[in-house]
Amino acid sequence: MSVYSFQTEDTEQQIIRETFHLVSKRDENVFVETLDKCFENVCELDLIFHMDKVHNILAEMVMGGMVLETNMSEIITQVEAQGKMEKSEAGIAGAPARAVSAVKNMNLPEMPKNINIGDISIKVPNLPSFK
Amino acid sequence: MALKIVKGSIDRMFDKNLQDLVRGIRNHKEDEAKYISTCIDEIKQELKQDNIAVKANAVCKLTYLQMLGYDVSWAAFNIVEVMSSSKFTYKRIGYLAASQCFHEGTDVIMLTTNQIRKDLSSPNQYDTGVALTGLSCFVTPDLARDLANDIMTLMSHTKPYIRKKAVLIMYKVFLKYPESLRPAFPRLKEKLEDPDPGVQSAAVNVICELARRNPKNYLSLAPLFFKLMTSSTNNWVLIKIIKLFGALTPLEPRLGKKLIEPLTNLIHSTSAMSLLYECVNTVIAVLISLSSGMPNHSASIQLCVQKLRILIEDSDQNLKYLGLLAMSKILKTHPKSVQSHKDLILQCLDDKDESIRLRALDLLYGMVSKKNLMEIVKKLMLHVDKAEGTTYRDELLTKIIDICSQSNYQYITNFEWYISILVELTRLEGTRHGHLIASQMLDVAIRVKAIRGFAVAQMATLLDNAHLLTGNTQRNGICEVLYAAAWICGEFSEHLEDPMQTLEAMLRPKVATLPGHIQAVYVQNAAKLFATVLRKHEGETDSQAAQETSQLLIDRLPLFVQSANLEVQERASCILQLVKYIQKLQQKNVEVAEEVTALFAGELNPVAPKAQKKVPIPDGLDLDAWINEPPSESESEDEKPKVVFAKEEPKHSRSRHTEVDEKELARRREARKQEQANNPFYIKASPSSQKVYDAPGVEHIPVVQIDLSVPLKVPGMPMSDQYLKLEEERRQKEKAERKKKEKKKKREKRGKERKADSGPESEEDITPAHQVDIVTEEMPENALPSDDDDKDPNDPHKALDIDLDNLLSGSSSRPLADSEKLPVRTHRPEVLKSPVVDRDSESIPQETKKKGGKEKKEKKKDKEKDRKRSKEDKKKKKKHKEVEEELLESQPEEAVQSEETKEVAAPPTSTSAEASDLDFWLSSAPVPPAAQEVTAPSSAAAVDTSSAAAPESEPDDPKDTEPEDMKSSKHKKKKQKKEKEEKEKKKKKRHHHHHHHGDAGGEDSVQNGTVEEEEEEPLPPMSNYSLLAENSYIKMVYDIQGNHQDESKVVVSVIFENKSDSFLKSMEFNVLDSLNSKLQRPEGAGPHDGLTVPFQLPPGVSNEARFVFSVQSIVMPQKLKGTLTFIVKSDESSTHEKLDFKLHFTCTSYLITTPCYSDAYAKLLESGDLKGSSLRLEGINMPFHHLLARICFHHHFSVVERIDSCASMYSRSIQGHHVCLLVKTSDQTVSIDAKCDEPSLLGNVLDEIKQTFSKC
Repeated sequence: MSVYSFQTEDTEQQIIRETFHLVSKRDENVFVETLDKCFENVCELDLIFHMDKVHNILAEMVMGGMVLETNMSEIITQVEAQGKMEKSEAGIAGAPARAVSAVKNMNLPEMPKNINIGDISIKVPNLPSFK
Repeated sequence: MALKIVKGSIDRMFDKNLQDLVRGIRNHKEDEAKYISTCIDEIKQELKQDNIAVKANAVCKLTYLQMLGYDVSWAAFNIVEVMSSSKFTYKRIGYLAASQCFHEGTDVIMLTTNQIRKDLSSPNQYDTGVALTGLSCFVTPDLARDLANDIMTLMSHTKPYIRKKAVLIMYKVFLKYPESLRPAFPRLKEKLEDPDPGVQSAAVNVICELARRNPKNYLSLAPLFFKLMTSSTNNWVLIKIIKLFGALTPLEPRLGKKLIEPLTNLIHSTSAMSLLYECVNTVIAVLISLSSGMPNHSASIQLCVQKLRILIEDSDQNLKYLGLLAMSKILKTHPKSVQSHKDLILQCLDDKDESIRLRALDLLYGMVSKKNLMEIVKKLMLHVDKAEGTTYRDELLTKIIDICSQSNYQYITNFEWYISILVELTRLEGTRHGHLIASQMLDVAIRVKAIRGFAVAQMATLLDNAHLLTGNTQRNGICEVLYAAAWICGEFSEHLEDPMQTLEAMLRPKVATLPGHIQAVYVQNAAKLFATVLRKHEGETDSQAAQETSQLLIDRLPLFVQSANLEVQERASCILQLVKYIQKLQQKNVEVAEEVTALFAGELNPVAPKAQKKVPIPDGLDLDAWINEPPSESESEDEKPKVVFAKEEPKHSRSRHTEVDEKELARRREARKQEQANNPFYIKASPSSQKVYDAPGVEHIPVVQIDLSVPLKVPGMPMSDQYLKLEEERRQKEKAERKKKEKKKKREKRGKERKADSGPESEEDITPAHQVDIVTEEMPENALPSDDDDKDPNDPHKALDIDLDNLLSGSSSRPLADSEKLPVRTHRPEVLKSPVVDRDSESIPQETKKKGGKEKKEKKKDKEKDRKRSKEDKKKKKKHKEVEEELLESQPEEAVQSEETKEVAAPPTSTSAEASDLDFWLSSAPVPPAAQEVTAPSSAAAVDTSSAAAPESEPDDPKDTEPEDMKSSKHKKKKQKKEKEEKEKKKKKRHHHHHHHGDAGGEDSVQNGTVEEEEEEPLPPMSNYSLLAENSYIKMVYDIQGNHQDESKVVVSVIFENKSDSFLKSMEFNVLDSLNSKLQRPEGAGPHDGLTVPFQLPPGVSNEARFVFSVQSIVMPQKLKGTLTFIVKSDESSTHEKLDFKLHFTCTSYLITTPCYSDAYAKLLESGDLKGSSLRLEGINMPFHHLLARICFHHHFSVVERIDSCASMYSRSIQGHHVCLLVKTSDQTVSIDAKCDEPSLLGNVLDEIKQTFSKC
């Protein structure tokens, strides 16, 4: 698992892509199936945008380069339980953040200066007046 | 305030998160570097803020940038900050970043030890999990040492999720801190039988990985793995185990016999290709390990080959490759089975994947026989023609040569064919392997005398057509062939039909364009040819022709005299002068031919390349000795300034004389090889030159004179194909002749004997086409075959080559030594100093921990030194230093005691006993599982053999333990005594009421990662169990352990052993609660409900379950009635059975072995809170240290101090009562004065002690 070894070179991105290609060809592979379930029909972009999540899922399967768990439902249970925990920690404060994040994640070509949702107008970047 | 929070969270909303960063990078493809540098600036700003959420977000982005290859090591400290967040969300981000960015050189790792420790013991399993995952990536030797113990504890965590991670990470810990292997191993082994499949799989994973590198240490686990193999359905686990068996079988061939059957079953049944492959692989390993006298296994081989064929035929390239790989293993031992699949292998040569083609080539190497060599090589030659790309073609070329030359040309029946092949190969354009072909030509021409005539003719043709080889392009590699051709033509020129023509060819001006070393050979051999020509002409008395020849040389040689190459120039000018002189003589009509020939007289014998190395050094010859006196040292010293290093100088220079360093040697060797390869007088070794010497008489190879009916001389380039046809015909002819002879014989014998020789041609039937007089390479007399050990000294697994058997069996021959203890949390001794302090050590400030840790580290480094120092310190400043030192020392020491004393009563399965168990398991043909259980050694036989074996192992003991005994004298004495005691006990076999239980009972009372003294210390897997109840189906033994963490709970560990031949299931354990003691039932269960035992028992298997009881008062012993109900399921029927029992809670079982420092002990006694009582034991006929050990072991005490025949002992109850004993002995009388803050508890404990000693 080269992903875990310390790398100074710009190789990992490549590795991830290659891994994805290799991995996605083999349908029996647990990793892809799990990613598929966790992301609902995984695609390469998902993996790049959600590197952290991919890592977290992988961490339930492989640990320090050794196979940890091969049972997919067990992996998904643990990943979901941790997801739930994350949500509960974010609490109410997390809700608006998630909403904004969802908006951001809509496939907008550029980050707009103003986001208009209904009649709420939010000025986007830093808000120095609050400080 | 509220506004601030809102503001904070809104601020955060618009910070760039990971997705924004990724999107941004994608949108700035043209100026990515610039964009990222602004992002990094932003991140730096974010990291400066106090808000942990902002920091975590920044770290998350950094992790991504790290992945892109940016250096983020500057943020290491921020990563640590995020790791220590109390929120899981951020913690996880922190650990992920750490696992990606930290490595051995990251210095902040030192700061993480305590944070990780805290996370490991977090009540939230995911905190622990995330810490374990992170740690597995960046664990350093320091972290491994400091945390090994915490992780060990987690291996027994209640949550399987934690257990499996803890088990798996132990592998990393072992690699970084090999000392932890021995102490941790028993528990690891225990996890092989964990009820959770994930944990089991992790344990199998770790042990198999360890065992793969050092298999011999794990041989004793074979029965256990065998059981797992036959019961597990997890393919991953199966693969691991089967791989392990593959590594074990070479060490223990008997194991192989046992494996064949289950493995072939798996091969038949499995649909998973990966598992199939591993099975086949291990079966192959087994069959290799078994001696050839196993006729019934041809079926297994056949099965393997069949299945491999399926793999090779699969469209998946990976499977194809693996199939070929495995096939090549079978080939080594069973070549015939593979040879029948030649078609398939040859097909693979057409595969588009080069690695598959190369594998197929490897296989072909082993598949050739005298019969099929020509055919296979023919196919390969076709591929050579077709091959695209020089790499593969060169590979083909070397393989053809390898195949033909293997085992000293064993399979070549017709060397003319081989020479033709070699000549054909010279037509390859741009090959690098000209020298290889050349050396083969030389080797064959020199060693196969019969072929010289043919070879010389072919070489002459080559020389004649040299322009084809050196042609238009610079075909650098192949012209090496001319080197061989020139030499062969010169050396064996007597075979040349027209030497003059060849001589002419060798002196063409174009030759001057060849590389120097080839020109040199040309010139030298031209002289040889010249001699031959002269002789020929003088024989014919054709002086005119002879003089013309001389003139030719005189005309042509000046070209070479001008050569820039020294070698060419020197040889050419020498020979030129010689020829000029000869010409003068010729003009005077002097006969010179004989004298010129004499210059090149004598035949060269091939010498093995290793020959010189193998010359034994004669007695009395010292190669290191100076031949002449070395130059006086004073001289050299005068020149050198007197520096610090002056002393080292002589030594250094001397060593330079005597031994050159390895690299230099290797370099020289390589250079020499190169030289030899190019030197015709040195013959390259055939692939297995060793074999040559073993073969009694290569000269005695059957020689058949055949009349070569077909003219062999082929004009121009030879075509090897002809030989194939020729060979066929020859064989047919021979066969026919042989049949005739047979018939004759038969007719003569009139059916007296019947020779069935009508089958297919066997190897032996094929006779070589002509005299194959392969001259053996010369070796000095007494040469010894030497095989170089090529183990890599840098292999990290070398450190893990640790003997684990003694540990497992609990033999006294090498128990865990003090030095092998895992470091324990160092703040604990602080607590121990005064037992009065509340034991909840979690509240101790972290500073203390750190300090302790450091000291511990130092101590590890130079124990010896430290020990001495501590002694001195004791004298000097008695109080403070001593306290610390002692504390550090005392804890592990005490733990050792408790452990060793436990070993005393543990089953005396010494190493030999273990070995004999393994022997038994291995020797028995398919045995019922009962006998396979090494781990449940309660069978009388096992105990008997072991106790008989015990005395034998005794003599080793002192030796083994001595080095570890360099401890302070007090400890030393104690330890030695304990060991002795152990042995004597074993001999006497005196533990009546204790049932012997082996590994199955290793786990005591670890509860959810509680920090319990004994638990933190690694224990060999044995404990003190007594009989609970027994009937014809089942036997139950139990042990009760207190729990430090909870003053009202004890854990009853019960081992259930199935004694019957039936399956035991639905076991339910129930106890009639008393007011004082209650069985802890799960929530929602009624007060009278039984607890389901969480496993079933196949016949002969035992397993352990633990039950927690809550107790209120512990001052009185108590008995609880209970019942075990279970279903006995056999083939025909299933019956309900029950077994009643009485659980005896002695007061001793509430005591916990607790070390106590003598200062604290003294204070405790002085305090006056304790009430006294005493006990006298008469007629005690055992050494004092025996007595102490018994009390320690059976009653959970520890020795505080011992002076002669007097000792003070201490223990503590789960509810914090202090129990102090002063034990004195004289003349078989032992008096025990005891003090305790609870008199009735003390009274009962004393009664129990009395009872213990009345029994012996």
